[in-house]
Amino acid sequence: MKFVLEAEQAEFGRVLGRMLAAADTPGAVRAWAAGDSEPGRRVWRRLAEAGVFALAVPEEYQGVGLRPVELAVAYEELGWHAVPGPVVECAASAVLLARLGDAARGQDSGTGPVPRPEAGSGPGARWLPRIATAEAIVSYADRARGPYALDADTADVTFVRDGDTLWTSTASGPVQPSLDPARRLARPHTDGAGAAAAAAAAAREAVTAGAYVASGPAVVRAAAHAADTAAFLTAAQALGAGRRLLAETVTYVKRRTQFGVPIGSFQAVRHRLADVLLALEFARPLVYGAAVALAGDEAGAGREIAAAKVAAGEAAYGAARAALQLHGAIGYTQELDLSLWLLKARALRTAWGTPSECRARVLGTPAAL
Amino acid sequence: MDLEHTPQDEDFRSQVRAWLAAHVPAVPLPSLETEEGFAAHREWEREMYADRWSVVSWPEEYGGRGASPVRRLIFEEEYHAASAPGRVGQNGISLLAPTLFAHGTEEQLARLLPPMASGETVWAQAWSEPESGSDLASLRSTAVRTGGGWLLHGHKTWSSRAAFADRAFGLFRGGPAADRPHHGLTYLMFDLRAPGVTVRPIGRLDGRPAFAEIFLDGVFVPDRDVIGEPGQGWRIAMSTAADERGTTLRAPGRFLAAADRLAALWRAAADPRDSAVRDRVADAVIAARAYQLFTYAQVSRPAAAGPDRPGTGHGGDGAAAASLGKVFWSELDIRLHETALDLLGPAGELADAAGEVPDHGRWAEGWTFALAGTLYAGTNEIQRDIIAERLLGLPKERRR
Ligand SMILES: Cc1cc2nc3c(=O)[nH]c(=O)nc-3n(C[C@H](O)[C@H](O)[C@H](O)COP(=O)(O)OP(=O)(O)OC[C@H]3O[C@@H](n4cnc5c(N)ncnc54)[C@H](O)[C@@H]3O)c2cc1C
Repeated sequence: MKFVLEAEQAEFGRVLGRMLAAADTPGAVRAWAAGDSEPGRRVWRRLAEAGVFALAVPEEYQGVGLRPVELAVAYEELGWHAVPGPVVECAASAVLLARLGDAARGQDSGTGPVPRPEAGSGPGARWLPRIATAEAIVSYADRARGPYALDADTADVTFVRDGDTLWTSTASGPVQPSLDPARRLARPHTDGAGAAAAAAAAAREAVTAGAYVASGPAVVRAAAHAADTAAFLTAAQALGAGRRLLAETVTYVKRRTQFGVPIGSFQAVRHRLADVLLALEFARPLVYGAAVALAGDEAGAGREIAAAKVAAGEAAYGAARAALQLHGAIGYTQELDLSLWLLKARALRTAWGTPSECRARVLGTPAAL
Repeated sequence: MDLEHTPQDEDFRSQVRAWLAAHVPAVPLPSLETEEGFAAHREWEREMYADRWSVVSWPEEYGGRGASPVRRLIFEEEYHAASAPGRVGQNGISLLAPTLFAHGTEEQLARLLPPMASGETVWAQAWSEPESGSDLASLRSTAVRTGGGWLLHGHKTWSSRAAFADRAFGLFRGGPAADRPHHGLTYLMFDLRAPGVTVRPIGRLDGRPAFAEIFLDGVFVPDRDVIGEPGQGWRIAMSTAADERGTTLRAPGRFLAAADRLAALWRAAADPRDSAVRDRVADAVIAARAYQLFTYAQVSRPAAAGPDRPGTGHGGDGAAAASLGKVFWSELDIRLHETALDLLGPAGELADAAGEVPDHGRWAEGWTFALAGTLYAGTNEIQRDIIAERLLGLPKERRR
């Protein structure tokens, strides 16, 4: 047993961190929020070059296979740098498509493995290599969790799971602002594909509508796995965001003086930050524990992930609350980059599993999803 | 000790309720942190003033109804239960007015109060400076004597609603002993559109220009706009700062109404077996009730209740008791809104989706607003220090 990162994994994190630090992610976040995705796409391409998205894509589709520990390392960095876009949804889509294999335009019998038509014909072949290279920005919505998809207005394609049917959308309705302006939420457009897919699924026959992907129990199983992946990556991202909020606040309270001394010398300030560190330090092992469970494809991975999601989500949100409080009024402004992390921490806390749902899951009473 | 209101007070409640039922806009006004919303809210203040509901506790000669403190609380309960608009005139009505009643001249009261009550003059509070937040006494902006008045120089910040307001009140270094931190501060009022004033709006977390910084470059203020004696500004400001923390700013009605809405949301949206959420909702309801009863106790107390007796509920230090209330309501407000957003599930992330989820936008904007409550009116860390020192008698933490 050796519950620490391998040297290579740690180095991967450092390289990513250096690359992102040089990439002006706050600028990209602000542009993304304003509807200009180009600076964000540049960051995505560099992440792809560093191999981040390939970590969720099988080898036969130009990925490196699912590598949860490396993914956790990477997504912690994405959180630290507040990288904009559907980073979680993109990886979740990759897992979903990989699970479905190249199954595709049909439905499975419900028991055996999904039939694999010749490679190169289905949605896996079509999208997975482009996900690995960030040639396509891909989002994902699970209707069981809500009607909105993150950044569906920007994504090249959005996968949508509705019951046992999966379809795609390349357009969306109007953006509904999130509390985090960099998270653009919109309903993916169906263009009738959802209805057509549903009808086809009901009739148990294949349809040729371009937007239809697959239906049947395999979709439900793959979607469950995708949702687990999304929750896990959200937790890792939250952990990174929380650590960043803490780091920024520690720097600030050493510098800001009131009553002639740095505010970091007041016990109320010190203890609050010490508590933030405690929460983060005890969330991190849960996140990496979940990664190990996921890598082993353990049956209990879902619970480990739910535990990690609660702990990391709450720790990051606590870090945000402390950061805001200890920065004083300046922390309450959009002008300071701190706001990018403050609001993200709030959104990540409920994205892909509210604390309450995750807690239920830890105890083995899955909320109705 | 009893909790029954007198029949007359209940009568008053009925009158308030009837007026609100007939007047509260059916469609909520736009956010008052926008130019359009600001104008709409000013209009609402005027409408209330016309029927003498904008400042019920003030004497009749200034547009009020001379309502007792209990009636003011009843008014607030009805006001929030009716989901009536936020008060754009709040800084003036709840912060400046009590100061003027205590320290202003007859001339100032007659000149300043009616337009304040009608929304014709909306006031901003210009206390904070970039380097002087919690340590307000370190402020550096100056007021220098000149013929018939004062010239203001300096830089104020975080001034709520100054982006659209008309006038401001604040503390300036000037007057006798101007070089000593707590001495030599003068309290005065100025026009936000006077020559030499520059107002720069600052976007809060959601980008709305809810506050602003104010640059002052030789702004003239006539003597009649000094509050109290020159050089006595600190004493005057501190004697009324408690109003900002206490019930004049955040009456319990606000939290009772929010707790009711939260309970309704829970009944409609939540799985009752989810005990974690249920407990949070219940705790918020309990806390709102506690704040209501705490406040009734405060206003029922005889004015001169004697020295501090912490823990007895009969402490005489009203200002320190206001610190208790401030910490309590500000943390309650955040819990109320966090719980609501959690209850909304994935939709809780939406910043504004009035058309999508009923009542949703109010929770999201309310959350943003609540987040600041632990900062303004003296941060909760500072309030806890006041509580520890003044109510518990603990020694001061070492500061320079
Ligand atoms: C939404 C909003 C509206 C506001 N409106 C107005 C307004 O209308 N007019 C106006 O004048 N001001 C206004 N303010 C400013 C407000 O009064 C200040 O934010 C507050 O006094 C704190 O000052 P600061 O922001 O400079 O924080 P700082 O004083 O720098 O404090 C930073 C952190 O250090 C902590 N700290 C500081 N000193 C101590 C200590 N001795 N012990 C323990 N902890 C300490 C604080 O509690 C805080 O957590 C507003 C602020 C906000 C957020």
